[in-house]
Amino acid sequence: MNADRHSQGALPDTICPPDTIRFVLDGELVEIRNPDPTRTVLQYLREDLRKIGTKEGCAEGDCGACTVAIAELDQSDSRLRVRAINSCIQFLPTLDGKELITVENLRRDDGSLHPVQEAMVDYHGSQCGFCTPGFIMSLFALYKNNAEPGRREIDDALAGNLCRCTGYRPIIEAAQEMYGYRVVKDSWLEEPFAANGKCGADEKKKVEVLKSATRSAMLSVDDGKRRFFSPRSVDELASLVETCPDAVILAGGTDVGLWVTKQHRELSTVVYTGNVEQLRELSVTKTHIDIGAAVSLSDAMLPIIEHYPEFEELFLRFASPPIRNAGTLGGNIANGSPIGDSMPALMVVDTTLVLRRGDQAREVSLSDFYLDYQKTVLEPGEFLERILVPLRPSDTQVQCYKVSKRFDQDISAVCGAYSLRRNGAGITDIRIAYGGLATVPKRAVHCEAALTGREWNEDTVRAGIEALDRDFSPITDMRSTAEYRRTICGNLLQRFYLDSSGNASSRVYDYGR
Amino acid sequence: MHRPAYMTMDAKTSPGRQDAGQTIAGAVGSPIPHDSAHLHVSGEAIYVDDIPERQDLLHLAVGMSARPHAKIRKMDLSAVRRAPGVVAVMTAADIPGENNCGPVIADDPIFAPGLVQYVGQSVFAVAAETVDQARKAAKLATIEYEDLEAILDPRAALAAGSFVLPSETITRGDSQAALADAKHRLQGSLNVGGQDQFYLEGQIATALPAEDGDLYLYSSTQHPGEVQHLVAAAIGKLSKDVVVECRRMGGAFGGKESQPALIACIAGLMADKTGRACKLRLDRDDDMIMTGKRHDFVIDYDVGFDATGRIEGIEFMFASRCGMSADLSGAINDRTMFHCDNAYYLENVSIVSHRCKTHTVSNTAFRGFGGPQGMFGIEYVVDEIARYLGKDPLEVRKKNFYGVGERDITPYQQKIRDNIIEEIVSAVEKSADYQERRKEIRAFNKESEILRRGIALTPVKFGISFTATHLNQAGALVHVYTDGTVHLNHGGTEMGQGLFTKVAQVVAEELQIDIDRIKIMASDTSKVPNASATAASSGSDINGKAAQAAAAKIKRRLIRFAAKHFAVPKDDIEFINNRVRIGAESISFEDLIKRAWFARISLSATGFYRTPKINYDRSTFSGRPFFYYAYGAAVSEVIIDTLTGENRILRVDILHDCGESLNPAIDMGQIEGGFSQGAGWLTSEELCWNSDGELTTHAPSTYKIPTCSDLPVDFRAKMFEAGRNREPTIYRSKAVGEPPLMLSLSVFHALRDAVASVGGDRCRPQLDAPATPESVLKAVTAMQAEGGSS
Repeated sequence: MNADRHSQGALPDTICPPDTIRFVLDGELVEIRNPDPTRTVLQYLREDLRKIGTKEGCAEGDCGACTVAIAELDQSDSRLRVRAINSCIQFLPTLDGKELITVENLRRDDGSLHPVQEAMVDYHGSQCGFCTPGFIMSLFALYKNNAEPGRREIDDALAGNLCRCTGYRPIIEAAQEMYGYRVVKDSWLEEPFAANGKCGADEKKKVEVLKSATRSAMLSVDDGKRRFFSPRSVDELASLVETCPDAVILAGGTDVGLWVTKQHRELSTVVYTGNVEQLRELSVTKTHIDIGAAVSLSDAMLPIIEHYPEFEELFLRFASPPIRNAGTLGGNIANGSPIGDSMPALMVVDTTLVLRRGDQAREVSLSDFYLDYQKTVLEPGEFLERILVPLRPSDTQVQCYKVSKRFDQDISAVCGAYSLRRNGAGITDIRIAYGGLATVPKRAVHCEAALTGREWNEDTVRAGIEALDRDFSPITDMRSTAEYRRTICGNLLQRFYLDSSGNASSRVYDYGR
Repeated sequence: MHRPAYMTMDAKTSPGRQDAGQTIAGAVGSPIPHDSAHLHVSGEAIYVDDIPERQDLLHLAVGMSARPHAKIRKMDLSAVRRAPGVVAVMTAADIPGENNCGPVIADDPIFAPGLVQYVGQSVFAVAAETVDQARKAAKLATIEYEDLEAILDPRAALAAGSFVLPSETITRGDSQAALADAKHRLQGSLNVGGQDQFYLEGQIATALPAEDGDLYLYSSTQHPGEVQHLVAAAIGKLSKDVVVECRRMGGAFGGKESQPALIACIAGLMADKTGRACKLRLDRDDDMIMTGKRHDFVIDYDVGFDATGRIEGIEFMFASRCGMSADLSGAINDRTMFHCDNAYYLENVSIVSHRCKTHTVSNTAFRGFGGPQGMFGIEYVVDEIARYLGKDPLEVRKKNFYGVGERDITPYQQKIRDNIIEEIVSAVEKSADYQERRKEIRAFNKESEILRRGIALTPVKFGISFTATHLNQAGALVHVYTDGTVHLNHGGTEMGQGLFTKVAQVVAEELQIDIDRIKIMASDTSKVPNASATAASSGSDINGKAAQAAAAKIKRRLIRFAAKHFAVPKDDIEFINNRVRIGAESISFEDLIKRAWFARISLSATGFYRTPKINYDRSTFSGRPFFYYAYGAAVSEVIIDTLTGENRILRVDILHDCGESLNPAIDMGQIEGGFSQGAGWLTSEELCWNSDGELTTHAPSTYKIPTCSDLPVDFRAKMFEAGRNREPTIYRSKAVGEPPLMLSLSVFHALRDAVASVGGDRCRPQLDAPATPESVLKAVTAMQAEGGSS
């Protein structure tokens, strides 16, 4: 691997060659010419650099032992934003233009520990220590993004980190107390989040370095066996996808990463959407939340939750923060997994997708997007460009329920979503969609038909539950039996009835919090 | 700055301490952090995969069986050999020594010799230049199988009479007559699931060829000595030719007691064959598929009792999924039999234990070692009795507790001398406000149709010692250098439980020197030979004693020397706080060491310990297998959703007995962590096999251990302050590794309590473990049907 390091003082002022990725590590700009496109960040750290602080626990983004932090320029290009991600499924070239922060970077020059580390020692947050570097990095991201997290925010920030030893109590305590430690002045790493915090000299310096690593032209890597393209504009992307219809489109990589780490698949051409400017745009228009296909789940969920607070639990339980930080809503939809969690909710609020091929764009309702198991209406050379989530009509009731073995970071056995409009007691419009019950996430059309026009009461719900049998023939797998899925599918409709008719039953997960 | 309670709490007064104001750092009883905490948090702690690699290192991957039970008709490995980067391939035929990695019985082949007995069984190994090349190559084998009939669960094995070991029985009194005469009688059948250890660091070993054909191995193992012996036998050499080292494991929980032998044997064999360093690091999925787990059980019971709920006679049948080989299943199932009394006196009892052979991975040790499943059985039965009689389960539990001075002999004839169960249970009943909350929950459930709450208090009594008496021994090696600093070796291993810290505290206390003067060395078979596995919660009990003995030996030599050198009586010499008082004078520890060295006094000693008083005859299942018992109790409150079965732990109160804790912070970590792991076992952790014998939950995406948000909303764990071991254990502490896991039975019974509320009084819901949302909903639905028909 051709890696060159430049100290901060001697930045190359030439345009970065298109075949060379550049990122910041250990405060230095690293350049690698034609890296292996599907080498993971974790492999790079552990095997190439022998930086052994970051651990592999599962190589699929589910345990968090590999957690690292990524700092990148925010939308204003003047501040840094920090996110925890799973290095085990992140491909190395996706680091281009970013700063990689690992557990090795937190200790101070004098050898003393960072507040996050010190708190974990003082509160006995480590036992075997193997998960600890990952926890440290998730805690570090929390430290840099939240000044005073409550228990629920701590739970959420750590939802992607498994610890098998402690039972978590001491780690939660460390998270609560880490803000009370002495910090080194003028060190960006040590400044905890402050709502109106100023940009210090250290951060300014880092911003300048990242700016110098930003490129305007397409990154195009070829290591002799595999190619990796990172286009900057949607037109570049469109032409790439049209000319290489077999290329793998990589958004967040939270699924594609596993094709490599678990299935040992060879990806000869990868087209990365993460730097396509238009696809990173997120706006709220008069009619829609308009989400570019490369917007991360973490960012996309904010306006969705704002307009549909009923979906908050779903999104907080959607994988884990590191996965939501890397993964995209567009990827979740386009990947078309039958158990993708966002789709039932987005279907019932009538989400539309903008698909793009060459310079042609077309709109398709999300409800019509899926054909069969991992098959969509996308044609060769076509890709998902934007997601249009309608703003909530004032007279609509919506709900979404996810049922899984574990609250956090689990895949749904069943996910049900509902949207209801009534004229008095009569149902004028009802949309129901489920994930986990068929080869694709889909609307319960028979059930919807059985309900529409009727009065919203218990008899109607019973009829709706019966009709669900014609909509779905669920299967048995490791997440649940078919029988359970069938029962839940009806019971969740029952719950929606209760919730929507003023008999809201609180959920076990809200209890006591 | 705010400091945690542990750091300001007064350490318990320890026998070695003379002056509370002037003590050494890290004395026994002080809540110091784990010795490696600063390395854990900075990523600097070295695990096996982090050790710098030799230039010649090869990476290994294992070719696994795709069938649960089949003859291998033909195996074509030519594509494997031809794959890029491949250097060597090995099968059973290439093993120069013994093709076995079984710990007790030689029935666990390293490579399947023509017959495969579970999906995932190791068939061959490949060595290549990179991990990726090795793993890709291992997938290229073409194996033709001739399928044989596969037995995939314990019920099927029972029906077929398929066992890995003979069935065993413990009886006392006349259970038949007692059952026939009892006023009330209940029978039932229970299912309790297994559990994957899910240590965060997967199985790994690196073997380095040394001169003269020797091997040096780094193995992530709880039992370096066994790895040494099995690797030596596999390569056709002797124990003296192999050294095994382990500084720390990234978690183990029993999963690295016998299982690392397979990994280390493959690495050792390949290093022996190629003459190059070889590392085998299992991918998480392969690890979960290839290595053993906690046994799942089916339990049948038949119990007779009186109107107060007191058990008059009981018969248990335990049948466990042992998998394809014996592994440690003998001792594990023995422990199930020893713990199916938990805290209850069973006068007329018959316990039958079947060790079922199934064509699934060979199950193995996991924290509790069969004990949890035995206790699951009796706790369920006691709960049944209470519900049948319409009584508070706690009342029936108390009715059946072992007595003090009477009703105190276990079914295996051990007299219980240290019973504190009533004391602990009463204390936690009160501090948790059990009775009031129970009433309040009853009232809540009357008003709440969909959400229901439940509460339960369950006790724990857990026997401490290896039931195989000969394993209750330990060795240590202590060196003192001329600057007064110490190297500490013992036979125990560090898996995160803080053993190394606690043993170092013992040595610091004994020598009265600050703990930072002591360097804790890696477990190493060349330093301490023939050590038992770090298991059975015995780590600090036996290694602490051995290390204390070694330090005491050196101290005695120093006293003898000082007495002579300074011409003072021996009993006028005292080690206090980094100094040695010699008559009216005092010199530094370091000074004394220098003088002793100059006078040619040996500053190195071994220490040895064998647990006293235990005496047990396995042929009759009687005697004293346990040196003492550890006790605890927990109250859990839960809430369930009767539409979905989703559930949540709302509050947990724990009171646990650690005796006089060597380190309250570390022991609290064991209590909380053990509880949480147990709660996972009984709620969200579900192992699933499909009809082809394949494990379908082999990664964290499908196998769900608890996360942060599963921690009880309100979690109050406390140590039993009056705790003091009646037996002369190390500083009167008690073992704490396994017992707290079983405090989680309170969660299961709280769930059952919540489910029962759906059916009304005297309903006895059938709830299987793990109580996943599905399992809870199934029980709720059955209750609703029952309630509807009555």
